[in-house]
Amino acid sequence: MSLFLNECYTQMNQGEVIVAYKGCINADIISNTLNLIESKLDESVPNTPVRKKLYNVLVESLQNLFHHVDIPPDLDTECESNFGVFILSKVDSSFRIATGNFIKNSKAPILKEKIDKINSLSKEELKDFYKFVLNNQTFSEKGGGGLGLIDIARKTGNRLDYNFYDYSPEYSFFNMTVLINE
Amino acid sequence: MELINIEGTPKTPTVIMNPTTGVVEIKGRSIPENSIEFYKPVVDWLDEYSSNPAPKTVVNMQLEYFNTSSSKCILDVFKKLEQIKQASADVVINWYYEEDDEDMLEAGEDYESIIKVPFKMIEIVD
Repeated sequence: MSLFLNECYTQMNQGEVIVAYKGCINADIISNTLNLIESKLDESVPNTPVRKKLYNVLVESLQNLFHHVDIPPDLDTECESNFGVFILSKVDSSFRIATGNFIKNSKAPILKEKIDKINSLSKEELKDFYKFVLNNQTFSEKGGGGLGLIDIARKTGNRLDYNFYDYSPEYSFFNMTVLINE
Repeated sequence: MELINIEGTPKTPTVIMNPTTGVVEIKGRSIPENSIEFYKPVVDWLDEYSSNPAPKTVVNMQLEYFNTSSSKCILDVFKKLEQIKQASADVVINWYYEEDDEDMLEAGEDYESIIKVPFKMIEIVD
């Protein structure tokens, strides 16, 4: 894998890593990852509401990688469909979920605007925004409902931190990190 | 009309829909990547059922997890139930949530505020 990706991966890799993955993302990989993490969480997170919240955010994060990903044509990968990076770690008293994927630069401003909007909203405003999108927006062609990021922000109660790393004139690597407090 | 009985999987819920008793049960996890495909037969069944519903329809929603892709489909299910209620049949939605699962309770309250059908919030205590 390219030096570029290794650098991004290193930057995302913080804290005590529970699961880290870099590679193709498909429905089977998502299922297997969720099964693996669930069995680890059953042992290590006794608090059920926290465990459920964490699991919910994991599902949304992984499925974002499934639904909203572009692949640069020059990327050296065996993946037929999606390529993504996913790291779950423990940092102090929080769980940290970092995801990374390539995105066409043309789509970056819309994504940035959406995350900035979500980060600017209060808890009540997020709830209203969620209900508005739920009730008014149709599915995208890939089946995403446009609710994933809003849901992650609501469930964690924390900011969605993000970075766009320049990859080429047409593509960037998008990294998003969220914390779930224990 | 036929009874629907879909067995649950790690990513999709158990669905039982009985046209005679009017009892609809959706239980388990709903986290498929493509939820439209999964919920299509459920929504189609309600569509047909709405032309001749039982005097009382009771819906038991007992989800452990659901993803945002499912949340739109669940709203579609509830909108069908709203139509059945508007056609003057009795409809009740029982929304189950596990003890201390405030996210799931809140999710039920979100739907309750959108749909004109009474919800009963039921906490499952171990």
